[in-house]
Amino acid sequence: MSNQPSTNKAVPGSTSQMESTKANLVAALPGIELTWSVFCDQDRVVFPAGSLLKVLKACKSAGFDQLTDLTAVDLLEYGNAADRFEIVYCLLNVDSGLRLIAKTHLSEPDLTIPSATQVWFGADWLEREVYDMYGIIFDGHPNFKRLLLPQEFQSFPLRKDYPVKGRGERHNFPVVTRAES
Amino acid sequence: MATQINKQLGDNVFLTTLDAAASWGRANSLWPMPFATACCGIELMSTAASKHDLSRFGSEVMRFSPRQCDLMIVAGRVVMKMLPVLQRIWLQMPEPKWCISMGACACSGGVFDTYSVVQGIDRFMPVDVYVPGCPPRPEQLIKSILDLQAKIQSGGTVNAREFKLRVLPEGPSRFDEEELIRIRERNGFKLEDPKYDPVH
Repeated sequence: MSNQPSTNKAVPGSTSQMESTKANLVAALPGIELTWSVFCDQDRVVFPAGSLLKVLKACKSAGFDQLTDLTAVDLLEYGNAADRFEIVYCLLNVDSGLRLIAKTHLSEPDLTIPSATQVWFGADWLEREVYDMYGIIFDGHPNFKRLLLPQEFQSFPLRKDYPVKGRGERHNFPVVTRAES
Repeated sequence: MATQINKQLGDNVFLTTLDAAASWGRANSLWPMPFATACCGIELMSTAASKHDLSRFGSEVMRFSPRQCDLMIVAGRVVMKMLPVLQRIWLQMPEPKWCISMGACACSGGVFDTYSVVQGIDRFMPVDVYVPGCPPRPEQLIKSILDLQAKIQSGGTVNAREFKLRVLPEGPSRFDEEELIRIRERNGFKLEDPKYDPVH
């Protein structure tokens, strides 16, 4: 992408700029199955988890230089979804304003995918949060541990099979009485 | 003889008990420890600020070191990661000390009936005065401090004997430890068994 100030910020979805970016991506990723779709003016692409790093690097060299968000969805009992977890990478081209949502799917028992920190280092805390809430393991992360919950926490609370009120973790504390304090 | 003393001393001497004198002093010099974790903390700040002016009631000296405080005001929700911190700060405060649970979240968990929010701090530490509200008005907090002053003056002792009697947990529904075991068994889940956490 050029360094000159862009005069017309792209309107997301089906613009000629997006089309050419798509064509570049498809050309850069031969033999990888990419499924494109547009929903609410958002361009989305679904790719197989095995080619994650290749796709992300191609996206970055196609101009998507910022990872705005990285999150996951638990598709347990959601329609007839084939895989349980969906990992979502929200990408932004800072120069042109184009946005792309790249998604991939994972299923138990192997919930390990490569870390995106070697492509965008900003994925650091985002991947730790996804691990914290869903238990997805990001291989190659520089400091891989829970981000928000206590390190000794045993569950992944945003999974659909985890009860809203927890499994008694909030009750698992000693009681301090007035006489002993 | 008595008349002679009365004539000489007049109103300059009065007789009381040591307990009452100590309680009178303690009640009117409460130093709060503001444990403000949420929006109740904003009302707590507003109570101390010039409009409501908590110093009119003798407890304006907010101290952020627990060693200098004798009144813990828990203002806001307490999550399971914060509760050990709260208990540690409480244990660090010198005797005699009191605790105000301010707002619906500190008293009962409020609307946050989720896995991480403690359902009332009184399950795990002693509380003297509860303030309802979401968040409570500053007037309510001032009233709670006046109530606490009345409580201190009515039952306080110079060597804090009254605290020694409070040996049981004082929450409205005392936590049943069997409940935790039942919850774990129902879910086929043990804390020793890292079945859900392949890394840690």
